[in-house]
Amino acid sequence: MTYRRLLPWLLLAAVATALPWAFYDWGHHRHAGFIISMMSQMGMMTILALSYNMLLGQAGLFSLCHATFFGFGGYAMVHLLNAAGDGSLPVAIEFMPLLAGMSALALAIVFGAMATKQRATAFAMITLGIGELVATAALMFHHFFGGEGGISTNRMIDHSLFGLSYASGIQVYYLIMAWTFIAAALMRLLTITPLGRMANACRDNFERAQFMGYDPRIVRFLQFSLAGFFAGIGGGLYAITYEIVTFDAVASPLSANALLMAYIGGSMVFAGPVLGAVLITLLQSGVSLMSNSWLIYVGVLFITMVTFAPTGLAGIILAHGPIWRAGRLRRLLLPYLRLLLPGLAAVAGFVGLVELLSFLTIGAEQGKRLILFGTPIYIASAVPWAVASALLLIGGTWLRKEARRFASIWETVTDDLREART
Amino acid sequence: MEVLIVSLLNGLVYGMLLFMLASGLTLIFSMMGVLNFAHASIYMLGAYFAFETSRLVGFWPALIVAPVLCGLIGAAIEVWGLRRVHQNGHIAELLFTFGLVFIIGRSVQMGWGMLPEPYRVPALLDFPLFTLYGLQFPAYRAFMLLISAGMLGAIWLLLKRTRIGLIIQAALTHPGMVAALGHNVPLVFTIVFSGGCLLAGLAGVIGGNYQSTEPGMADAMGPIVFVVVVFGGLGSLAGCFIASIVMGMVSTFAVVIDTSVADLLHPLGITLHNDDLLGEILTVPVARIGALLPLLMMVLILLFRPRGLMGTRDT
Repeated sequence: MTYRRLLPWLLLAAVATALPWAFYDWGHHRHAGFIISMMSQMGMMTILALSYNMLLGQAGLFSLCHATFFGFGGYAMVHLLNAAGDGSLPVAIEFMPLLAGMSALALAIVFGAMATKQRATAFAMITLGIGELVATAALMFHHFFGGEGGISTNRMIDHSLFGLSYASGIQVYYLIMAWTFIAAALMRLLTITPLGRMANACRDNFERAQFMGYDPRIVRFLQFSLAGFFAGIGGGLYAITYEIVTFDAVASPLSANALLMAYIGGSMVFAGPVLGAVLITLLQSGVSLMSNSWLIYVGVLFITMVTFAPTGLAGIILAHGPIWRAGRLRRLLLPYLRLLLPGLAAVAGFVGLVELLSFLTIGAEQGKRLILFGTPIYIASAVPWAVASALLLIGGTWLRKEARRFASIWETVTDDLREART
Repeated sequence: MEVLIVSLLNGLVYGMLLFMLASGLTLIFSMMGVLNFAHASIYMLGAYFAFETSRLVGFWPALIVAPVLCGLIGAAIEVWGLRRVHQNGHIAELLFTFGLVFIIGRSVQMGWGMLPEPYRVPALLDFPLFTLYGLQFPAYRAFMLLISAGMLGAIWLLLKRTRIGLIIQAALTHPGMVAALGHNVPLVFTIVFSGGCLLAGLAGVIGGNYQSTEPGMADAMGPIVFVVVVFGGLGSLAGCFIASIVMGMVSTFAVVIDTSVADLLHPLGITLHNDDLLGEILTVPVARIGALLPLLMMVLILLFRPRGLMGTRDT
């Protein structure tokens, strides 16, 4: 059993190790820089999303200051690296993310003591205030945060456990992956400790947890501090990778990103945030290059998930498990195919409208032109607008109809399973 | 002296603007237990709608049209969005409004571009009302005070002196009983949510040309409004009012105070230098860290009164 549970993680580790070599340019003996930096980003974001989910999914706490600890870990890392660079800190670079995590832990203990006095909505607002406080302070105080320019460092401190220089991206990538898997394993182990279990209990019914003699506030506090610790490790890796940490690493968009990744991936499953981090990073580096308005797609995706699929992508996938094991997945194949066409039409219509609109305003300012399949589209003419609106309208209505049909089929399939079991 | 009086007036104007936003937020929260993260986004929409309307037909119609539009958007959000996610719990509702922030923020950028819009004070009010110690006080700020004070009075009358207000107040605490008496509680919820958004829209109309109408205005206003609500105590309208005025004053006065902690210590014979982090914190003039003060005040009040100034209930 344990072996079967371990298998997906081992597979993931193997893929993460091998993937950079799949894009290796053998002709020039060079790594694909874009792939390496994107996958490094995925590693850091995985730590961020997993540690965020210690709050959102495991403890039911909606925090808006998670980037604070990520960024603080990053700033601490820069100072540590600078200290190591002039020889006053004899620590190997491999262990430094741990120190960055400790610094973030110290900050998380201070802020956690305040924020965890409350829960739910009040907690969310307090964390929003804390996040803003640190972000604003980062712009104002130059000695620690470096103001708007941020602070930079040099990761080649010449003190490594394995004698590596970390001059190339691939070495840093493997360092990030190693730490990502260590942090993920630790966070997974935390979920089966009494603390992890009590966090779940306080999420589901904090009054009952109180009656049993536990103090939900202490549980929240511990969970919050530890989440800050892991986020700090991620931030330390961020500082090693980019060798500069600016205001962006503590600012609220990154906190929001952590939330999006954890929720879209699936906050109720441990591995959900990993899925979310990989997906959102892919989207970010792929779609944001092509489109001005990728945030609106993420926002719509997020709201759709909140409304229709609160379990996230991982939850949707896991819901198919019992059906698959019973060998009934084939019955869902045709309904899924029937959803595909109207779904694609509606998405195409929506994307079309958003893009047309954004080209009308932002694109025009930037002097860009919309080119689809090699043909320039004239946004001033009515045809593309009409086509996109029609696609959205027809696809949307059709999708609604098909979705109802699908829901009834899904219910019969799951009902059949339940009957077969009893 | 002149600085004191002018700052007092400006602080009052800013505080009342904050209160227009925070009161809607508080009303919605105390009724539905939902904190509308998109509240500042609605404020921004109000400013943009007002800009568009004032360009087409003038400022005075915009004063009506823009808030009504925002109210309608609020009603739509409540009916088609929040009601649907309500069954998934409060966190889901919070997340829903949080997602709206992205969508509204980005839509505004798409609709009007990234640059600030030339939304100006109407010509009728574009004159200095009086001159105090050589400093002019614009008539528009007096108008803002008038509008916000009028709104404050209207809310108070509506909640305390009318039948609708009675039902709203009852539905705050005993929704089940109110429903059993034959009132449509979901409709009351929609009215409150839409009313809160209407107030935010109105704040946008008069705040858009007081500050500037740009895509970043929601992000600039959002945190401070939430800080006001936490500071005043979640769900307390009176606390919210006090907190708004206090925050307005603090933000305004901070800008004109050019002293630092080090300056105060100087007469005691202690001289500090700006060469490390502690020294920097102590030598930075208050004017430079003005944006930090409301946030610090929130942290301080949470240390001593976790429920905020006048908050009565935990969440």
